[in-house]
Amino acid sequence: MEAWIRARVTLALTLFALLFFVSRSSPPRQFVISNAERRIDLSSHIINVHLTLKVENTGTRPASEVVLALTPTEVDHLAMVDALAIKGKQKKTTSVRLEVKPTELPDAPPIDAKYFTIYLADPLNSGESTTLEVLYVFMHFLEPFPAEIAQSESQLVFYHDTALILSPYHIKQQTTFIKTPSTKVESFIRVEPTNRVGTEIKYGPYEDCPPYTISPIHVHFENNSPFAVVEELVQEIEISHWGNIQVTEHYTLVHAGARHKGVFSRVDYQSRQFSNGASSFRYLLARLPARVHSVYYRDEIGNISSSHLRTNSLKSELEIEPRYPLFGGWKATFVIGYGLPLQDFLFESSDDKRYLNFTFGCPLIGMVVDKLTIKVVLPEGSTDPSPVVPFPVEHRLEAKYSSLDVIGRTVVVLEKKNFVPMHNSHFQVYYTFNPIFMLAEPLMLASAFFMFFVACVAYIHIDLSIRK
Amino acid sequence: MATMPASASDLFKSFKLKTKQQELLIRVSILCLVYILAFITRLFSVLRYESMIHEFDPYFNYRTTLYLTENGFYDFWNWFDYESWYPLGRIVGGTLYPGLMVTAVLIYRILRFLRFAVHIREVCVLTAPFFASNTTLVAYFFGKEIWDSGAGLVAAILIAICPGYISRSVAGSYDNEGVAIFALLFTFYVFVKAVNTGSLAWSLASAFGYFYMVSAWGGYVFIINLIPLYVLVLLITGRYSMRLYVAYNCMYILGMLLAMQIRFVGFQHVQSGEHMAAMGVFFLMQVFYFLDWVKHMLSDTKLFQAFLRITVTCAVAVGGIALGLGMVSGYISPWTGRFYSLLDPTYAKDHIPIIASVSEHQPTAWSSFMFDFHILLFLFPAGLYFCFKRLSDATIFIVMYGLTSMYFAGVMVRLILVATPAVCLISAIAVSATVKNLTVLLRSKNKVVQTGSTKGSGGSKSSSKALLDQSQPFQKNGAIALLFGAFYLLSRYATHCTWVTSEAYSSPSIVLAARGAHGNRVIFDDYREAYFWLRQNTPQDAKVMSWWDYGYQITAMGNRTVIVDNNTWNNTHIATVGRAMSSYEDEAIEIIRSLDVDYVLVVFGGVTGYSSDDINKFLWMVRIGGGVFPVIKEPDYLVNGEYRVDKGAAPKMLNCLMYKLCYYRFGEMLTEYGKPPGYDRARGVEIGNKDVKLEHLEEAFTTSNWIVRIYRVKPPNNRW
Repeated sequence: MEAWIRARVTLALTLFALLFFVSRSSPPRQFVISNAERRIDLSSHIINVHLTLKVENTGTRPASEVVLALTPTEVDHLAMVDALAIKGKQKKTTSVRLEVKPTELPDAPPIDAKYFTIYLADPLNSGESTTLEVLYVFMHFLEPFPAEIAQSESQLVFYHDTALILSPYHIKQQTTFIKTPSTKVESFIRVEPTNRVGTEIKYGPYEDCPPYTISPIHVHFENNSPFAVVEELVQEIEISHWGNIQVTEHYTLVHAGARHKGVFSRVDYQSRQFSNGASSFRYLLARLPARVHSVYYRDEIGNISSSHLRTNSLKSELEIEPRYPLFGGWKATFVIGYGLPLQDFLFESSDDKRYLNFTFGCPLIGMVVDKLTIKVVLPEGSTDPSPVVPFPVEHRLEAKYSSLDVIGRTVVVLEKKNFVPMHNSHFQVYYTFNPIFMLAEPLMLASAFFMFFVACVAYIHIDLSIRK
Repeated sequence: MATMPASASDLFKSFKLKTKQQELLIRVSILCLVYILAFITRLFSVLRYESMIHEFDPYFNYRTTLYLTENGFYDFWNWFDYESWYPLGRIVGGTLYPGLMVTAVLIYRILRFLRFAVHIREVCVLTAPFFASNTTLVAYFFGKEIWDSGAGLVAAILIAICPGYISRSVAGSYDNEGVAIFALLFTFYVFVKAVNTGSLAWSLASAFGYFYMVSAWGGYVFIINLIPLYVLVLLITGRYSMRLYVAYNCMYILGMLLAMQIRFVGFQHVQSGEHMAAMGVFFLMQVFYFLDWVKHMLSDTKLFQAFLRITVTCAVAVGGIALGLGMVSGYISPWTGRFYSLLDPTYAKDHIPIIASVSEHQPTAWSSFMFDFHILLFLFPAGLYFCFKRLSDATIFIVMYGLTSMYFAGVMVRLILVATPAVCLISAIAVSATVKNLTVLLRSKNKVVQTGSTKGSGGSKSSSKALLDQSQPFQKNGAIALLFGAFYLLSRYATHCTWVTSEAYSSPSIVLAARGAHGNRVIFDDYREAYFWLRQNTPQDAKVMSWWDYGYQITAMGNRTVIVDNNTWNNTHIATVGRAMSSYEDEAIEIIRSLDVDYVLVVFGGVTGYSSDDINKFLWMVRIGGGVFPVIKEPDYLVNGEYRVDKGAAPKMLNCLMYKLCYYRFGEMLTEYGKPPGYDRARGVEIGNKDVKLEHLEEAFTTSNWIVRIYRVKPPNNRW
């Protein structure tokens, strides 16, 4: 009830502020959005927002920068934003990926907002219009309410948004569709016209919304999809030019949904699986590259025996089960390791360099990663490493001493925060390597044994006694 | 070596080895093979399960080793552990034998220095097999010292696969005994060598061997009592020599001083009753030496006799008075309970239930002797016979070692381990001597037939044997038959050892394996499931109460504070936990609250049929608790002296905390087809109290096979 009042107060204040500011601020008002359609998918804890905008240039000059606005809370939870330009008519549409960058607007916005600019491939002439498709992916955006649930309860979450799209432009017509995972919706705020059919809530259509109009709403609904979050994933890829790539992945997994409270009863969990622990999860699926070998799954205190590996020529699937089912707030750490054939991932580039081509991502399916660190351990003696990653990451160099290393191996460390499965893509690490270094370690071993035998022979044949 | 061979034939000739070199080559290669065999036969558990630490105590050793690698030696030495014996804590550095941990860390550092990227866990897992391999080498040299190199080789082979030793040294059983048996045998070997040679260097080495043993295992008390006993026997049998004097004095004095450096041992060598025998013998040696000198100076025998009488009387009197004064004033502590229970097998049962409750402290059954020694049990007397036939300082030692350790092995199951090297060595003498005699018989006959006498000394023997042969025509055939018999027995021994190792001694006991309905292997990994749950999902400072058996594992794997653990130093504290477990819930909650406990952990095998669970251990909790708190009475939990959990059980049993925690909501559970709900598979009965209600505790976690159940202590109710 209180939240409801607060929401209304906020709404009133915002509208008042809007009325006050609307005439004074002047963002690049060249565009008008003639039609906006937003589809919000709430079926898992990764929220996908598809925004289709029909943008019309009503200014006098050609323009190529379309500005998107998001609230600061949304920006905090934003994992990625992607924009496509749709070209062509009804059937034959082609899409072009556009560059999106966070920007600051020079003049003060009427309400607190952060901006992203889409750079159109071709400037839009005066009077022309184009269709843009924007994808936002948010993580940790659903707020469990109640925050603590017992084993037999199912998980209810809040989704906060605004019925009207926050935009610096005038929107002539807009509609928002919210898709919930099930028909169990406890409550939602109506902003007429609002219509709920099955698992979909439709807001709108709303006509002629001035810039920066918002209308806060929330949806309180049941979401029992596993809120599995990898708080930290450290993936180490060690290249051996003797034909193997060893991958070791350290996971810190947590159930980020409503916290479990009170009793965990095994009887109930075993005998009444559907009504008990609906939001908990037991199984995880990891999709590994094909031809994977020597897979292991363990943690600090030893091997975990509950895992199954299915391989075929195209892909391998590893089904793992943490030691215990994860309820809200429970944690588990574990390590997955596997070997891969070198020739599938290491190539020679034209300029005499070698490069590793590997997937940047988390093999566990449908997993959000708060902090993903990829360490590429290059063979000993390799020089000038340079990573090529399709999106911005932090990177630095480290050294690592593996077996029989003397000078240490160069490690390229790539770090990415807020990683969602949509980020999965290939990255490359280029480096130069002289194959002569491959022989260093075998030679070292051979000479050590040789020295040992020589010492034995010498010991047998040399008389060390002082008596004659 | 000096000149290069000129031609090919010369080259070939130079490769052809002389008999002596051939023998050396064979010996070295056999030893190498034995060395490797001893290592790999202990790897069954790694191959069958994984490279992991086994059982209970090794987890403590592993945890301390981890601490040592991370924080260095000084921190380790001064470590006060808040995570065990809450709220008392434990001074770890002063209450453990650091030899094992230091050894493992040393190996780890060396491997790291050589650029092998190993994890400390792998080093810990493989320490015991590595030292078992080293023990085979020591056994070889020891056998060589007391008999001949043949006996040494046989001893090395026997000890490499002897189940009595393997039981404590498989990969993963990272326990003090793993290195201590090596240290024990090494000390004995070097001491015997010192006695044989009278060399100061060897006795110095034995002092250091003793030091290592003291740093590794409490069983050093055996050394410090056996060696004086041996010296005493030599003195009595008139085998006193300067060699013995040098060996013992140097070993005792230096060994004692070195041993005082271990904090856990401290001044016990001069203050504890268990070490007084060594000191007494030390003074006796001086008296002997003095008398010897006087005898040398005095020519008159009569005068010397009188002097002898006076001196011996004085010496004994002074010694007796000193000992008596020491005892009375409390400077010399009396024997400990453990020591008593060794000398008197029934002592622990009556006085110290906590010692008697440990399964490995039980008196040994004949079957386990047979299981652990197999044919060595029969070869042992034969070996003793050979030793007595060729009595020397060294054979007297091994006979005494064998006899005393055999006695102790009969008192306690775990001491079979100490007896194993002696049994192997003595049996090796039997095998080696028999086989040697038989082959000499065979070969001497051939020699007589072919060439007559070839060797100077052997010739006369063989000719006499040849004479004998004519009187006994079937002797050669008999010898062949006996040889085959011996080899058959030895091969049976080898198969038996391998079987025992793979079936009985290679189970980590943390992970349980069973055969499923379709013959597939089912793994019960419940212990680690529970410990990992504790580690991840309870507050960092949570206090866990459980029976002491699981204390080390909870601290090592669960990383949580425990009330009691396997270092059973405080009987009262353990009794308090025992009392809490055997009281009614509302009485127990008082104790639980006073101990600041957050979680209570019990082990329950009713679903899987796992029999070593807390219900089966419960009577010991009652006994230990009752030993300190007389309110707990054992008969209250029994019905006509019978222990039961079904409907006919004693009312106190059906309502005590342990029963409730184990069987909470078990009454709803169908465990076996065709049986009523609440059927306990470990005990084969339907439980008596199916409606268990908990008031102050709530179920926090139960593992998938119910083996470990963890309960959370609820906060006290609000008062309004």
